[in-house]
Amino acid sequence: MFEVVIGLEVHVQLNTKTKLFCSCPTSFNHKQNTNTCPTCLALPGALPVFNKEVLHKAIMFGTAIDATVNKTSYFDRKSYFYPDSPSAYQITQLYTPVVEHGKLRIDFENGSHKIIRINRAHIEADAGKNIHEGDISKVDLNRAGTPLLEIVSEPDMRSAEEAVLYLKKLHAIVRYLDISDANMQEGSFRVDVNVSIRPKGDEKLYTRVEIKNINSFRFIQKAIELEVARQVEAWEDGTYKDEIVQETRLFDQTKQETRSMRGKEEAADYRYFPEPDLLKAVISDEMMALYSKIPELPDEKMERFIKEYGMSEYNASVITSSVEMAKYFEDMMDEGISAKNATTWLTVELQGRLKGDMNITNTHVDAKKLGLLVKRIEDGTISGKAAKEVLDKLVEENLDVDGVIDALGLKQVSDTGALEAICDEIINANQEKVAEYRGGKDKLFGFFVGQAMKASKGSANPQTINEILKAKLG
Amino acid sequence: MITLKEALKLSSKELEDLKANLASEIAKHPELNAYIDVNNVGSGVPIAVKDNIQVKDWSITSGSKILQGYIAPYNATVIEKMLKAGLSPFGRTNMDEFAMGSTTESSCYGKTLNPHNADCVPGGSSGGSAAAVAAGLAIAALGSDTGGSIRQPASFCGIVGMKPTYGRVSRYGLGAYASSLDQIGPMTQNVEDAAILYDIISGHDEKDSTSADMNDKVSDKLNPARKLRIATLPKYIEHASQDVKDAYSKAIEALKNAGHTIVEKELLDAKYDISAYYITATAEATTNLARYDGIRYGRRAECKDLKELFINSRSEGFGEEVKRRILLGNFVLSSGYYDAYYVKAQKVRHIIKDEYAKVFEDVDLILSPVAPTTANRFGSLSNPIEMYLSDIYTISVNLAGLPALSLPICKSAKGMPVGLQLIAKAYDEQTLFDGALSLEKEINYKG
Ligand SMILES: [Zn+2]
Repeated sequence: MFEVVIGLEVHVQLNTKTKLFCSCPTSFNHKQNTNTCPTCLALPGALPVFNKEVLHKAIMFGTAIDATVNKTSYFDRKSYFYPDSPSAYQITQLYTPVVEHGKLRIDFENGSHKIIRINRAHIEADAGKNIHEGDISKVDLNRAGTPLLEIVSEPDMRSAEEAVLYLKKLHAIVRYLDISDANMQEGSFRVDVNVSIRPKGDEKLYTRVEIKNINSFRFIQKAIELEVARQVEAWEDGTYKDEIVQETRLFDQTKQETRSMRGKEEAADYRYFPEPDLLKAVISDEMMALYSKIPELPDEKMERFIKEYGMSEYNASVITSSVEMAKYFEDMMDEGISAKNATTWLTVELQGRLKGDMNITNTHVDAKKLGLLVKRIEDGTISGKAAKEVLDKLVEENLDVDGVIDALGLKQVSDTGALEAICDEIINANQEKVAEYRGGKDKLFGFFVGQAMKASKGSANPQTINEILKAKLG
Repeated sequence: MITLKEALKLSSKELEDLKANLASEIAKHPELNAYIDVNNVGSGVPIAVKDNIQVKDWSITSGSKILQGYIAPYNATVIEKMLKAGLSPFGRTNMDEFAMGSTTESSCYGKTLNPHNADCVPGGSSGGSAAAVAAGLAIAALGSDTGGSIRQPASFCGIVGMKPTYGRVSRYGLGAYASSLDQIGPMTQNVEDAAILYDIISGHDEKDSTSADMNDKVSDKLNPARKLRIATLPKYIEHASQDVKDAYSKAIEALKNAGHTIVEKELLDAKYDISAYYITATAEATTNLARYDGIRYGRRAECKDLKELFINSRSEGFGEEVKRRILLGNFVLSSGYYDAYYVKAQKVRHIIKDEYAKVFEDVDLILSPVAPTTANRFGSLSNPIEMYLSDIYTISVNLAGLPALSLPICKSAKGMPVGLQLIAKAYDEQTLFDGALSLEKEINYKG
């Protein structure tokens, strides 16, 4: 029996307005090499100036994972030649990172928990991008110098499932703190996975294989499973020593395999040493006090929802799993509706109707609309069945809730006068049945309600009909 | 040549004539090779600029083939400050490639001659700036000093050269050699001009994180009448030639005559300075020069793939001395050697700083040689180690980050200038200039 050992390195691109060491904007999708300056192009004589906004975000993250936030941290140069690295060294924090010794809780579906330790989170500058077009390679340095927080876990995860739970929780925290867009497709949340196996009970760590830059949780899970299978097979075939080497592998999603990225390679020597162009990064007491006040995190929100709204643990975890969902829910609640209805209409009705690329952040149906729709059910304006029809329409087109209710003629009649007239008619037309009912045949009450609803063409509020009939039939 | 102080009073018409005259004089002496080329920015007093200080729209190459074709797109902070103060960058001066050298022989533009003797080096790495001022082809010049690169050529050429306290002058726009040691400084005909130019280029700069948050000025309060306590280093000068020893005695006499108190002190054996300096400087240099990869600017060699692009561009673009220091820097930083070399060198650096601090508890200034000898003849340093050893009197000042000023004292038996330096405590430029002005008056050196 084998045990899987997984450690994760996540590069989170921080959403500061300007780059880490210059005042170029960090925005995406600009023309190549326009968001650049002498510093991020590494022209002769240009110097870095540290963007302190990065420290604010590091403090928030350190606080969120219950870590030590170092009031003094240092920058180091990491040397390597690559076209997208203009100075041929990356400014990073090797010796004293800004955040150390954190922890993060993952929750399993069966209700149990596990703590994953986080070794460190350090500040570093991102590289540019190489673009290969046939024989020609181009370099775009718009991204060069964008601030990253590299978050390094301890090798505490024992399955692909645990790894994905850790990543989802980390992703949620980063989004709750709003320190990064954390968009995996756009590369602002990049994951490198370190995987090894060992016989169960063995304490030592075996050869670890790194799988780089996988851009979805699903692929990460798959990549780990495939890599573990490869290692286990090699072990069982007696070829582990030859086949499993410390290397970087790529996940090929079409071939469903991991593949060695390079041939045999000498171990890189990054020749780290302290960056002489920068002073130490110092966090003042004021800065620490200000930025360690962080917004409510997923775990706290979940506990609050359970307590405050009597939500089930499962529903609470679904609603709090992303900051967008939690915010949507809380905005719905502003309409003064019940948490139970809000939960159902958000997680079942709305999400069930969002297809393809649609999600709660880009649908026409914002939280205010859905909240109002639920309110219209609760105040008796429409029936639950009619509300589903309204929602179908709202998802398709950008319309307002009451307008759709009117247009579809779904408003329930709660006007007692009109409904009383209907009930009187039904009673007059069915005198025999009235006698039977009064004689003790209680079941007939449903018949009268049905007839009344039918006569109102379904627009009557069933509650009101009930009350009127009860009174009239005695 | 008119002094900087006088030139600052000239009308724009007079400055125009002066510049035209200067340009034609420079053109008349191509053999000196102090200037790489002569361009002008603005209508101010002409100041020659070392080829590693960025001047917008100028070709700035740090004396290296690898930067051929590179046009600087921005001004160094010192250039911005000069322009604001009514000075004009005027002419680009020759230098050792990437400021690595003590003779200006490693420039890709060929050697610069010493105006006092064409068979001798002008010193380096700011040899072009020193020669231009000494030959009367510049009113004043900017140099840069990483291990003596302003003071030593100033001494060899018989002019004044000043290295400010680390952090006094912004390094923004100075093509980096060793970031924790580099400082830009003035090279002038006299001490007062050095103070004036120092005042113009110094001051806090947000673009340089290592810039000190200080803006105090010195030239308006120069006071040569101050009586100071000045340390001499009897043991230290044992390594110097007789010419230098004679100049040292002469300077001590002059300082005594001027009413200063002389006290004898000792510093750590300079062999430690050499090791700490060459480890620190090359470690920083190797990374600072890694950006010259042929990808974005400068000279790109013929190649068939990426690896060749890097290797060929750098092999062809860098000269021998630069390659030697890149290799040395990579060696001292490589894993397994880092602690033994780089970390140890930083400890030594602290010891050197502490040693100076101890001496400065008792004195205002230290009098020290600049170089062990006068300007050597071309090709007379047979190996790199000899050249490195010739830096023994200058590098500890950079390692400790102190201000120092080299000024001419006398001429040697063979008629070559001999300079000495005064060293002050960090940020005490005022005392440095006051003492230097007093010594200059008392010595009354005539070039
Ligand atoms: Zn930039």
